[in-house]
Amino acid sequence: MASTNTKPKTKPSLQTSELKAILSNNAIYMVLLILFLTIGILNKNFLSLSNIGNILRISSVRMIIALGVSGALITRGTDLSAGRVVALTACISASLLQRPDYAYKIYENLPNLPIILPILLAILIGTIIGIINGSIVAYLKVPAFIATLGMQVIVYGFACIYTNAQPIGGLRDDFTNLASGSIFLIPNLVLIAAIIVAVIWFMYNHTQFGKYIYAIGGNPSAAEVSGVKVEPTLVKVYALAGGLYGLAGALLAARTGGATNNYGLMYELDAIAACTIGGVSTSGGIGRVSGIITGVLIFEVLSNGLVILGVSAYWQQVIKGIIIITAVAFDIRKYFAKR
Amino acid sequence: MTQEHILEMQNISKSFPGVQALDNVTLKLKPGTVHALVGENGAGKSTLMKCLFGLYTPDKGHIILDGKTVEFKTAKDAIENGISMIHQELQPIPHRSVMENIWLGRFPTKKIIGISSVDHKKMYKDTKTLMEELKIDINPTTLVSKLSVSQIQAVEIAKAVSYKSKIIIMDEPTSSLTENEVENLFRIIKDLKAHGVAIIYISHKIEEILEIADEVTIMRDGKKIGTWPVQELTIDTIITKMVGRELTHRFPPRKSIPGETIMKVEDLTSINPRSFKNVTFDLKRGEVLGIGGLVGAQRTELVEAIFGIRNISKGKIYIKGQEVTIKHPFDAKQKGLALLTEDRRSTGIFPMLSVEENVLIAALHKYLKLNFIVDKKTSSEAVKAAVEKLQIKTPSIKTQIQYLSGGNQQKAIFSRWLLTEPEILILDEPTRGIDVGAKYEIYTIITDLTRQGKSIIMISSEMPELIGMSDRIMVMCEGKVSGFIDGKRANQETIMKYATQFA
Repeated sequence: MASTNTKPKTKPSLQTSELKAILSNNAIYMVLLILFLTIGILNKNFLSLSNIGNILRISSVRMIIALGVSGALITRGTDLSAGRVVALTACISASLLQRPDYAYKIYENLPNLPIILPILLAILIGTIIGIINGSIVAYLKVPAFIATLGMQVIVYGFACIYTNAQPIGGLRDDFTNLASGSIFLIPNLVLIAAIIVAVIWFMYNHTQFGKYIYAIGGNPSAAEVSGVKVEPTLVKVYALAGGLYGLAGALLAARTGGATNNYGLMYELDAIAACTIGGVSTSGGIGRVSGIITGVLIFEVLSNGLVILGVSAYWQQVIKGIIIITAVAFDIRKYFAKR
Repeated sequence: MTQEHILEMQNISKSFPGVQALDNVTLKLKPGTVHALVGENGAGKSTLMKCLFGLYTPDKGHIILDGKTVEFKTAKDAIENGISMIHQELQPIPHRSVMENIWLGRFPTKKIIGISSVDHKKMYKDTKTLMEELKIDINPTTLVSKLSVSQIQAVEIAKAVSYKSKIIIMDEPTSSLTENEVENLFRIIKDLKAHGVAIIYISHKIEEILEIADEVTIMRDGKKIGTWPVQELTIDTIITKMVGRELTHRFPPRKSIPGETIMKVEDLTSINPRSFKNVTFDLKRGEVLGIGGLVGAQRTELVEAIFGIRNISKGKIYIKGQEVTIKHPFDAKQKGLALLTEDRRSTGIFPMLSVEENVLIAALHKYLKLNFIVDKKTSSEAVKAAVEKLQIKTPSIKTQIQYLSGGNQQKAIFSRWLLTEPEILILDEPTRGIDVGAKYEIYTIITDLTRQGKSIIMISSEMPELIGMSDRIMVMCEGKVSGFIDGKRANQETIMKYATQFA
């Protein structure tokens, strides 16, 4: 820009790749719209206010998890412990918020805690697990895939031990109302997710921490040489992710009115898939919050739509899998085009 | 068409959206000669070679190989028709043996109980013969990861020969070689010539071209300026034709008056016994201290240890008389140090991030509100000013840095460190892979910095650069300092003498 450039030195790949980038960035919004309209035309029930509210409520929890995973993905890692952390924290928060008169209470003589306490506890536990994940990845240099796979198994173990593999039910109404209620027609869950989205967006785009995340994902060695403390930053990334899973766990318990040790199965994969569909690069350094939101919505609209259209549960799995592979294949194409 | 030329690329044109990369370029290559292809980055050399190698399809023109018109769809086509390319960045498979790298994709096979399997014995014998023919002393079973850059290059050349290549394209083959290794490469090239192989030699190093080439084709802005027998050219005429303007001096004039000592390094020793040991030197304000030596002299390791990337077992560093402990680049940055690393691509740039983010990353802490929010306004202004000051050519500060030329990327990394307002800049091969025009600009930046009282430590493997830019040269050999030479009295012979002192 400040150049006295008389020669057309601009590399040829520039315009085409920028055009491609613009296209592929907007392509996901188009896909969401097309998906939404097509399913809506095929079945009127899909567009009903209650169904859309339902999609949004489910998406809200998924969105929080996906935002957590996204930090790990952008820094060239991953977090496979997400789903199980959601399960553990769902169980813990649920166990502390059972109705006083419920027959199968985990803690018999538990006083009526303010809702916020168990939710904060869930976030805290998630954060601690995240710090452990992050430390293993950052300081012990264990590949994130392995570190968080191990953590996934460990956390599942704890969830089983904690619940004795019994479902936790009879949650207090004030807690479940948190998920079912709304303010000015906007579901509480959507509101909470929106706040989280705003916070993460701000973090990724306007803070030093955010810039460091993208730098580490873009080139960890260059980040280190530039004086970025890579290890502590990674620990923060995984801690943040863990905290978000904790919040998601508590909200999931509230939404479903209970929790079991088998909650959260494959949630991490759905979250990773949603991020990837939303343009978060599996090779690190790239990913936008708007993309992640769209990715989650595409995933949930599709899931819900397939149910409404009466597609069998087994075929739903097949279709979702195909979508994941297609998304990553496109993602990789983008990367090739730049060479 | 006569057989005088093994290859004729006739009237090749290639355009990409918005730019004419090649405009009616003709290149004729005689067998058994070295044909140098020179031009600034972006002149179209690589595009031309990619057209030849089947990576691009030309819009116009045709390629005549050995009297036949050819059209390569892929690099494999090109290789099978006797054209090989030794890339700027060599890409072998590190944890496999030399012979497996050479014969990959066409292993000799034999039948064991009717099952086709790799014939390792034959592969070993063939490789051995090949190596002996080229007088390359490398064991075929050595793992490639154990080889030096120059050895890997020799392996690549052997591979090209094994394909019975008639034409070998060498793209900046000496960019990471020491003088000795360059000599060795030239010996191999002369050998290849004697066997009738034609070599297209792309290089920024003009001395080298004058030494090895038979013919020189000069390109500028996608056009061919002309082809000359090397005897008709001098360094100055080549540079003038390349740049299209007179470059009277290769180095900006500088009058340095080094001030008081700003940094002192005492007895610095690596924890790795094979790396640098007992390094002691001092650096004065406004001084350019060059570090010379062969590759393997542990120069990069030394400066990276000073910068906190590598560990030391003993030794002290003083900055302005104060002893400092530097355990991480973060500490180094706080003490007023900056480091431009040797390998821009792997430890310098963030390819997918914008120029702005690349420039800001080391100095973000100076543009924060409430200690954690990046102040977009002041930071953007700082980046724009930096881009303007160093005349970085980029469509916008939002452009991904990977689309800039090497020289402009390097200037962006300079800007990155200048924003941290360092006192001491350590430059590790600051002009590697950069064209002549941009080199001069980098030299100007260095000169300006010393004028502002900043001190420079500069590692360079290019002798003219080392001699032309340094006030003092510290020469290293096998991890130890073998001598200091006054910049004004330095010449290639003295530097080489010190550089090989312990060898």
